[in-house]
Amino acid sequence: MTDLATRPAEVSALRRIDWPTMIRRYGAAAVLALLVIFNIIFTENFLDLRNILFVQLRQAAPTAIVALGMALVIATGGIDLSVGAVVALSGQVTAVFLLDGVPPLVALPIGILVGLAAGLFNGTLVSRFGIQPMIATLVLFTAGRGLAQVVTGGRIQTVNEPIVEFLGLGVIAGLPISVFSLIVITIAIIGVTRFTPAGTKLLAVGGNERAAGLVGIRTKWVKTMAYVVAGGLAGYVGLLELGRIQASDATNAGLNMELDAIAAVAVAGTTLAGGTFSPGRTIIGVLMLRLLQNTLVAHGIPREVAQIAQGLIIVAAIYLLRRSRDAR
Amino acid sequence: MTDPKTEGPLLQMRGVTKSFRGARALDDATMTVGRSQIRALIGQNGAGKSTLIKILTGVYRRDGGEVLLDGRPVDFRSTAEAQAGGVVTIYQEVNLVPKLSVAENIFLGRFPKRRGLVDWATMRAGARDALAKLSLDIDVTRPLGSYRVATQQMTAIARAVSLEARLLVLDEPTSSLAEREVETLFGVMRSLRDSGVSMVFVSHRMDELYEICEDVTVLRDGRTVAEEPLASLNQYELVSKMLGRAAEQVASGARAAARPRQQAEPVLAVSGAASAPRLKDASLAVYAGQVQGVAGLLGSGRSELLRSIFGADPLDGGTVVVSSDAAPIRTPREAIAARLAFLSEDRRAEGIVPHLSVRDNLTLALLPKLTRRGIVDRKRQKQIVTDYIARLGIKAQADQPIVELSGGNQQKVLLARWLATEPAVLLLDEPTRGIDVSAKAEILTLVDKLAADGMGVLLVSSELEEVVSACDDVTVLRDGVSVARVDVERLSEESLMAVMASGEAVPSADSAPNKDKSDD
Ligand SMILES: Nc1ncnc2c1ncn2[C@@H]1O[C@H](COP(=O)(O)OP(=O)(O)OP(=O)(O)O)[C@@H](O)[C@H]1O
Ligand SMILES: [Mg+2]
Repeated sequence: MTDLATRPAEVSALRRIDWPTMIRRYGAAAVLALLVIFNIIFTENFLDLRNILFVQLRQAAPTAIVALGMALVIATGGIDLSVGAVVALSGQVTAVFLLDGVPPLVALPIGILVGLAAGLFNGTLVSRFGIQPMIATLVLFTAGRGLAQVVTGGRIQTVNEPIVEFLGLGVIAGLPISVFSLIVITIAIIGVTRFTPAGTKLLAVGGNERAAGLVGIRTKWVKTMAYVVAGGLAGYVGLLELGRIQASDATNAGLNMELDAIAAVAVAGTTLAGGTFSPGRTIIGVLMLRLLQNTLVAHGIPREVAQIAQGLIIVAAIYLLRRSRDAR
Repeated sequence: MTDPKTEGPLLQMRGVTKSFRGARALDDATMTVGRSQIRALIGQNGAGKSTLIKILTGVYRRDGGEVLLDGRPVDFRSTAEAQAGGVVTIYQEVNLVPKLSVAENIFLGRFPKRRGLVDWATMRAGARDALAKLSLDIDVTRPLGSYRVATQQMTAIARAVSLEARLLVLDEPTSSLAEREVETLFGVMRSLRDSGVSMVFVSHRMDELYEICEDVTVLRDGRTVAEEPLASLNQYELVSKMLGRAAEQVASGARAAARPRQQAEPVLAVSGAASAPRLKDASLAVYAGQVQGVAGLLGSGRSELLRSIFGADPLDGGTVVVSSDAAPIRTPREAIAARLAFLSEDRRAEGIVPHLSVRDNLTLALLPKLTRRGIVDRKRQKQIVTDYIARLGIKAQADQPIVELSGGNQQKVLLARWLATEPAVLLLDEPTRGIDVSAKAEILTLVDKLAADGMGVLLVSSELEEVVSACDDVTVLRDGVSVARVDVERLSEESLMAVMASGEAVPSADSAPNKDKSDD
């Protein structure tokens, strides 16, 4: 409504393109492409397959998996601040069980169950009790990490377990486990949202909850499920992180991951108001932000400055979101 | 600033063109508005009326053509700029903020201040004044969204009127209003005109145009095909111009006789239905093969009756029995399972899912039936969508987001959404809202045909003409109580009006008249 850009009355064909919408949709991909080109030219060994797969992508994959869950929650018009803490909690619970000699076949599923339970808790608060998602998930955002600390007694202990080592260092089909997982999860999510009614229901609930209720969609159930899936994915990432560190670490596991995930969804051009969902663009958002950080740091820019750059990009994305036509 | 007696028209739009992603919405559209004039802007659904208006007020950028206000070229870039230039618009889709109070909405963007702080008392008083001009007395501190569509529409009008425009544009302001409110609005419009304000008025109700407008601009497929004094065209000629072909007989007369009941048992029987705060004691029966009407004034509980039948509002008392289903209906989900369908009157808040495609919106209620072993049958979905787009003449692509459709076409998609479920009982709340005259006749014919094929229909409409022409039998609600039944032999606009206002009728319903207080 307050579009005050100065444009002439006669708009040329080029100007007729809805730039804000274009940038909103493909901006992250364009920046990613620019970063890749920059790195190919200026960063040594960037194109090396090992670097791409085992450094860049492996770093980004856990955040990307969490971001997919976040995108589901945001599609319903919600937000989940607790995923970073859930990553910590699931990893620590699993670590403690393993250290206590519980067989991995039991301990690892428990980690995922912890995530699912956390999601169920969040989803119930939001949909049954009508608590604002930001507030509801703040509960586990604080309590989750605290609980993780209690569970481990605040100590960092090495976990020597072949399966944990495999999660961190293993290779499937030539890919690190985390990258392989991301691919499988992405395919699963795209498949489910495209071929089953779940995708349409999700977008209907996020786009117009009252309308969704009137066509017989169980809106509370759909919302709850979004949080459960997000929690489950965070639980799984907890295991991946445990594999990466090979030790229990309640303080740093999954730290700030919720913020990275939200940032990725935002730069992907998803309205935080709900009603849209784009897994592909979400992953591109994660890769772009990750590579931006790595590039800046690799070229001697202090991490703090790199973080400011990331902040600016997020602000730009949100600004474009507000301006673009189909976000309204 | 401007002398109202300046020569020449107030507004001229010439050769305006506009495309959306290659699709032409406007192609050489022209409109001239004189001083102190009320001009009708008409055209079929999707003809480009709203687009032309949005170009005038800077919501969209035109691709070509010119706009002259007071003989000077203008190029508003936002609604706010247009307002500053004296052009105030009531958009087709009320674009106020449901969560803010009525008063805040009326003063949105121009809160009265005192010592830097919002002066709430002045604001509330101002809001009450603005609404009083429209004979509306409501609690202005309640959120706008808690009121029904008609009241929200009146709030939008009150806001616009209080903005002191030179040119007031009203895009289908009456589509959700009942006769009485329309009259109030027309009174306000006449006094504005007499004080020098010009207006553009969009409506699909022909009699309204003849009542309030002097001149008419007719758009067809984005092109202006006529700009004439309204008096020089009769209704038949006007509709023919709009359609680009000879119109069939426009007015459809009342049905001569009731259709015979196909069964002795009703498909839907409501007795003593109550739902706080408005619905108190409503009883009626719908038979297969019949169109049962519900009439009543604004606030009489018509929509609430439909909502509580469908499980959208809780039923506090009374019973709803659907023949196919013995269990009581508590949620829309159960209602759909009992083969009920309900078209809400509030297209924006309860109908469309804006970013979803026409295809997904149209099949939203059908989704479970389209799913085989967990997989949506996209092929069948596509067939159904193509079929309904053709049957209802929806001007849209299946994969277009529904927000991009014109108001009338959105309405058709929502109607199709429910028809596609092939219900046993169809509950329609203002089904032809925003739909053009020719499509309206087609839709009413379709409803008639569906009833003839054995569906039971319960129809609520503020347009008495529609009730009279479509229904076999009408239940009149007054203050939440069903006070009378008017059958087809006695059905006329006059008889209905009399019963609605007085609550007294040929006593055939079992409830006694109730004439204490009136709300809303
Ligand atoms: N934002 C948009 N994106 C794409 N197409 C659009 C957009 N807005 C309008 N259109 C198209 O432009 C055409 C004209 O639409 P418009 O809303 O002006 O019709 P209208 O005359 O107001 O119809 P109605 O009587 O149904 O309100 C339609 O075909 C519509 O689909
Ligand atoms: Mg319109």
